[in-house]
Amino acid sequence: MAYMHIGKDFVPPDVAGKVTGRIKYAEDYTREGMVYARLLTSPIPHARVVNIDASEALAMEGVHGILTADEVYPDGEPQSTGLKILTNEPTLVGEPILALAAVDEKTAETAIAALNVTFERLPFVLDPLDSLREGGPNAYANGNTFNREGYGEVKWTTDQVASFRAGTPPGDDAPTSGLVPAFAIGDLEAGFAAAADGFIYEGSFTTAGYPHHSMEPRSAMAYWEDGKLYLHGTSQSLTALANDMAGIVGVAKEDLVFINAATGGGFGQRARANSIPSMAIPAKMAQKLNRPVMMRITREEEFTIGGARQGFQGWIKVGFRPDGVMSACDLFIVSDDGGKGGGADAYSAADCISILYQTEAVRYRNASVATNTAHRGAQRGPGQNQIAPIIAPIMDAAADALGMSRLDIRVVNSAQTGDVGGPQRTPLTSAYMPEALRQTAEAFDWEARQSRRRQRNGNKVIGLGIGQGYHAAGRSGQDGIVMMGADGRLKIHSGVGNLGTYSYAATSRAAAEALRMPWESCDIITGRTDNHLPITSPQDGSNSIFTNTRTCYGAAMDLVAKMKEIAAADLGGEPADYDISEERVHQIADSGTGMTYAEVAQRAMELGGKYTGEAELPEDLHEWTQIAASRLAGTAFMGIYHDPVISNNPPGFTVTCTEIELDLETGKFDILDMVSVGECGTVVHPQGLKNQLVGGAVWGIGLSALERHLYDPQNGLPASTGYWQSKVPTYLDTPVKIDAGWVDLPDPENPVGARGIGEPSQGSVSAALTAAISDALDGHIFGAAPITTDMIINHIAGTREDAVALAQNNFRG
Amino acid sequence: MQPVNPQLTRRRFIKGVIASGAVAGTTSLWYAASGQSRPAGAVERMLRLNVNGQERTVDVAPQETLASTLRYKLGLTGTKLGCNRGECGACTVLVDDIPTYACSVLTHSMKDGRIETVEGLEAPDGTLHPVQQGFVEALSPQCGYCTPGQVMAAVGLLRVNPNPTREQVREGLAGNLCRCGSYDSYLDGVMRAVELG
Ligand code: FES
Ligand code: FES
Repeated sequence: MAYMHIGKDFVPPDVAGKVTGRIKYAEDYTREGMVYARLLTSPIPHARVVNIDASEALAMEGVHGILTADEVYPDGEPQSTGLKILTNEPTLVGEPILALAAVDEKTAETAIAALNVTFERLPFVLDPLDSLREGGPNAYANGNTFNREGYGEVKWTTDQVASFRAGTPPGDDAPTSGLVPAFAIGDLEAGFAAAADGFIYEGSFTTAGYPHHSMEPRSAMAYWEDGKLYLHGTSQSLTALANDMAGIVGVAKEDLVFINAATGGGFGQRARANSIPSMAIPAKMAQKLNRPVMMRITREEEFTIGGARQGFQGWIKVGFRPDGVMSACDLFIVSDDGGKGGGADAYSAADCISILYQTEAVRYRNASVATNTAHRGAQRGPGQNQIAPIIAPIMDAAADALGMSRLDIRVVNSAQTGDVGGPQRTPLTSAYMPEALRQTAEAFDWEARQSRRRQRNGNKVIGLGIGQGYHAAGRSGQDGIVMMGADGRLKIHSGVGNLGTYSYAATSRAAAEALRMPWESCDIITGRTDNHLPITSPQDGSNSIFTNTRTCYGAAMDLVAKMKEIAAADLGGEPADYDISEERVHQIADSGTGMTYAEVAQRAMELGGKYTGEAELPEDLHEWTQIAASRLAGTAFMGIYHDPVISNNPPGFTVTCTEIELDLETGKFDILDMVSVGECGTVVHPQGLKNQLVGGAVWGIGLSALERHLYDPQNGLPASTGYWQSKVPTYLDTPVKIDAGWVDLPDPENPVGARGIGEPSQGSVSAALTAAISDALDGHIFGAAPITTDMIINHIAGTREDAVALAQNNFRG
Repeated sequence: MQPVNPQLTRRRFIKGVIASGAVAGTTSLWYAASGQSRPAGAVERMLRLNVNGQERTVDVAPQETLASTLRYKLGLTGTKLGCNRGECGACTVLVDDIPTYACSVLTHSMKDGRIETVEGLEAPDGTLHPVQQGFVEALSPQCGYCTPGQVMAAVGLLRVNPNPTREQVREGLAGNLCRCGSYDSYLDGVMRAVELG
């Protein structure tokens, strides 16, 4: 289909501000009379605050006041494991206990040093298996796990823990726990029986947790004016986050103005208000002091409360029939919930296996256990991306054992349109994984390169890897608003957060597409909630492109329908007799009879009522959108839309091929070549998609080779609070060039055919990389991510591979 | 291989910090940022700084970092703080053409230096510097928080090596992290800037 805008590059309106430094992030704002808040954070991993004596600090010159957990939670702290604004019951080092505001930060820091806070030490734990053991310490005062019923305690016998540590399953009677503790699909026994003449792999695995480390620390500034809260913050999701932040601060939705023109990196943890409640501190302090309050967050604080991935310790058994079909997968994962948060990463890992490889039988069991380590939660492909690098080398071992090519075994096990997946057997809206595999292999020249496989050159050896990634990539049921004034310009109101994907702009172009308007005649209205923006789903889970092209297109089509009604009423005929082109609505039979968009907008404003949002709004609009619409009503010609909910799963898939050269003396490797291809429906914005593919690639390299979360086992102190210790990939860890491509076949459930991609782009690269490392080492399966240089050297030397001190807080260290 | 700018080393500013007796701890910036109270015995000094071609007079505390002065005294918030501990490069500015982590040098050591920030690159008529233009055309930034630092590191590199290979750009920018992982797109942008001249 020939589109005006979809599939074409454009210059998003915020790029100029980014390259000139003019665009403002929360910490760039200042305000007359502003004071500065600093945090007192927990110095120990698990404690209870017994007493706070602030008398000396409050008497110091320049100190304006403190804010404590008792003040922000007068009815007691929430009974959940989620991050709190402030707490008297810290469960990790660095958790905010109180905030103190002063005339400047030096004074605030000096006053904090004068506080007398008494803590009662409580037992702490860093490895989930230590907590699982009978009699082992619990990370929370009231248990070590959290599920839909609340806090609980999960314990295994000493023998069960020992069995799991030894790399074998803990036994069928080992208790499970967590948000989704277990599921089963198909006949597992029959699946393994079918694999008896094929290939069966069984082994243990680990994946490390590691922090988001978004480049912008989550600083925030707040002030109150005329009963309204103005909050300059950071967020992946503009209206979705503000909608919930109002509840956290305790202010009516219509009285919160959340201002967020740009966010310095969001990879899951800035999507929802409950994972960034620290923004409520300056808001509540400003209310208390009746002054603007700036709270800057340091890199160390960002590490602690900025969120991290759940680490896995697992056991997996996979069976392949002689024809290469993955007939059974049995999975037991112990996942690390950290000291706050948690998640269902293990469930997502199993769900991913059933969708990505269309496995005939899957049994999944999970013990989700808290530790007194950093806050855990959503992080780029939570679960799907941890399991991708574990499965890929197993697929290769199966291919080698069955005499198949490594490409063919993936084609045999790939998702296609009409397939279902997950425990609910949810249909995919469309899927073209075989096409993605073949296209990537062709672009990489995969077959021809097979002759280079395991080629030696001195100490160096070549490894080839192919990997796949998956994440659900679209939601529905959200709202859209477009407005047109008497000048005929289209104003697209977007509640999508500006997290760096440009999806707020790319999805807006679906409205321009529906109205067949030149982009130059359109403005995106966003950046602050008093611009009256519709609600949308948070910008997480790779959903934005799918979700918001639906809402923008729908709102624009509402405008088109209203244009036709107005034209028919004024010029004769029925609305169906009219079409749109070149910014006019005109009769199909006589294109000379019509009205310009400016004229029809002018007429709509004269007519009022439903044409200007003063009547007949769509049923089921979200409350937030109703408020926005009521404030826009009567100001211009309005198109407004509530998107119906769909039940099918729009998937995002990626495939990556890579070639590495591994040095057998140092254990280091260079990535010589890499091609990543997205299978995400029709491409909306090629440069934006390319950025997601290469950005995900860098994250995949971090997951499979570098990133880590270190804690001192004696005191529970974090040792990887900075970029350097946590090993975020640099330019030099990534290839000189990453080639990106896309399949570009439309999805039927989206008006412009699009699906999302952000998360799987990491999974396929991490999978390709572990496959390539395994390939270079004659097919050795490490069962780990990351595979560090130490592990590679130890393997080559024939010594213990698990001798990686502190690397993952689990049985490898 | 043609050498990358030999002056682009961490050593230079680490040495600078040591010579100035600074502590590159996280909170030292916040102390310095205030300028309203200072350690007992410290001497307040009005400094004349050459920033983006203009002489600016500013009250600088003894332990104040250049990033603090630029952001909080001179309002040049294009210079970002990602780590405030010399790890990320978000604060990169040019001092006498050399990319420098502004969070890790003291403003008092800059008084004879020619400081350039991202705000100083545009021509008076609004024309973008070729690196900025290259970054726009290649859509190099994602979230944009590391972008001013990437821009300044690239400008510094191109001043000593106007025709670098992609590999040389990769090495030249290696002190600038991008958590969004937009390295490939930044490299595309710098190579485009080379074409634009
Ligand atoms: S802020 Fe200066 S190097 Fe990170
Ligand atoms: S663009 Fe986000 S950190 Fe580089």
